[in-house]
Amino acid sequence: MLSLAKNELYRLFLSPLAWIILALSQLILAYLFLTHIDYFVQIQAKISAIPGAPGVTELIAIPLLSNAATLLLLIAPLVTMRLIAEERRNESLPLLLSAPLSTHQIVLGKYLGTFGFFMVLLILISLMPLSLSLGSQLDFGLLASGLLGLALLLASFTSIGLYLSSLTRQPTIAAMTTFASLFLLWIIDWAGNTQITAESENLFSWLSLLRHYQSLLQGEINSSDIVYYLIVISTFLILTIRRLDSERLN
Amino acid sequence: MSSVLLSAKELSRNYGQQQAVHNVSFEINKGEVLGFLGPNGAGKSTTMKMLSGNLAPNHGEIIINGYDLLTQPKQAKSHIGYLPEQPPLYKELTVKEFLSFCAQINQISSTKIKSAVDTAIDRCGLTEVTQRLIGNLSKGYQQRVGIAQAIIHTPAVVILDEPTSGLDPIQIREIRHLIRDIAKEHSVILSTHILPEVEMLCDRVQIINKGQLILSDTIEGFGLQMQTSCLLLELSFPPAIEVLQSISGVLNVENITDTLFQINYSPEHNPTNQIVSEASAQQWQLTQLTPQQHSLEDVFMKIIRDETQLNEQAV
Repeated sequence: MLSLAKNELYRLFLSPLAWIILALSQLILAYLFLTHIDYFVQIQAKISAIPGAPGVTELIAIPLLSNAATLLLLIAPLVTMRLIAEERRNESLPLLLSAPLSTHQIVLGKYLGTFGFFMVLLILISLMPLSLSLGSQLDFGLLASGLLGLALLLASFTSIGLYLSSLTRQPTIAAMTTFASLFLLWIIDWAGNTQITAESENLFSWLSLLRHYQSLLQGEINSSDIVYYLIVISTFLILTIRRLDSERLN
Repeated sequence: MSSVLLSAKELSRNYGQQQAVHNVSFEINKGEVLGFLGPNGAGKSTTMKMLSGNLAPNHGEIIINGYDLLTQPKQAKSHIGYLPEQPPLYKELTVKEFLSFCAQINQISSTKIKSAVDTAIDRCGLTEVTQRLIGNLSKGYQQRVGIAQAIIHTPAVVILDEPTSGLDPIQIREIRHLIRDIAKEHSVILSTHILPEVEMLCDRVQIINKGQLILSDTIEGFGLQMQTSCLLLELSFPPAIEVLQSISGVLNVENITDTLFQINYSPEHNPTNQIVSEASAQQWQLTQLTPQQHSLEDVFMKIIRDETQLNEQAV
């Protein structure tokens, strides 16, 4: 399983896609990071007199993580699309299926490999706010909570992307469906905002990937948010395993 | 008798309404090369996919080296190596990287991976291309990498699905050579629609048509089916056709050209010797005397035709 994950990660870095994604996301986020710093410098004089005013972490690091989530929503489908769809297209899936591996080992191996890539990305992103600690005091608790949120969010993206990639042999279709699903889960609580009924509000906002992330960004680590992400991750992993199994049978 | 390494019993597989494989049973013994012969779409690849665990049969069981493929898939799969029609390769890896990965997923312990990879590279003649990207190799070399992948964990049975399709004649010869080499250490199941290939490589032949096994025989038995009682005779100064007809054992003689005759004889009474001595005594100047054989194609077509006729009669 680990060798599969390692191979997946290694092959990802052999393609220019991984490098381009890392480089461009760094470029965009660095620009946003600078604008946040700029804004902070502008208002610093005004808020310094207020007791309990938001600090660097609230005004720079957390908005950056929030921006990163939106950017990764766009990027994640491009990384996950190839996972199984491309193996199908290259007819290389029999290699894994006829090896002495169970389906859940194959799925978990691919999942961990891709998640590993996103962790590399997450570390690179977190370096930016961490660099502020050279000249300022950071709220590490808040930052850690935000990073945990982003990690869980990425883990969910990967899981959903993996499942949708297992449904088709066209990577582009996998990318489109993944993007659509992620986006829908992102904005699904907008329905809740129009306040039709209290019940639908609850359901829709509970389903939203974004809602749970926001509370983590505010430094609240609720078990319900963590459980929500774990449910999303495991549901789509199980669906992927079932999908690959049923392909063998039908 | 040597031990049975793989046995398939009453395999059936449907694709929706269409029955791709119906009630196929066979066994393969240690050190044997079994040829699966059939026209395209006969169910060869489906059978191979079932044997390698890529496709579950609707009915039947597969036992590999004592393990049931359906209930103990991991143990069973560790005893087979499979090369599908399209070799499953990661084109962005080098040959060596790819084979190390294959060794890993086949549960070879990390201390033995290097030697396993080196052995596979050596046996498949890949020594010169170990550092090259698989995507840049010729089709023949890619096929070799595919075979190397199938034998890397020294499985008991190697399953090769049309290993020579899409190669040029020289590559075909090399791959056949390689398969014969592999057969020294592994049992091999080979599917093909090329008849001479079976004749060259296999110990046993099974012919499959429309999802059913219609013949299962040793290569010698298969050869017997091809024997006819017919000679091709060419003489520079031929006698009258009646003279030839009067030689004992000859049933009838046909003129093909003025000097070329086709002689049919009864199988229990071969007149070859008689003809040779007559020819030298009477100075007919014998230039050609060839025992006629059905080509494998003829036999193949005949068996398939017979089978369809039988079915039609039954209906």
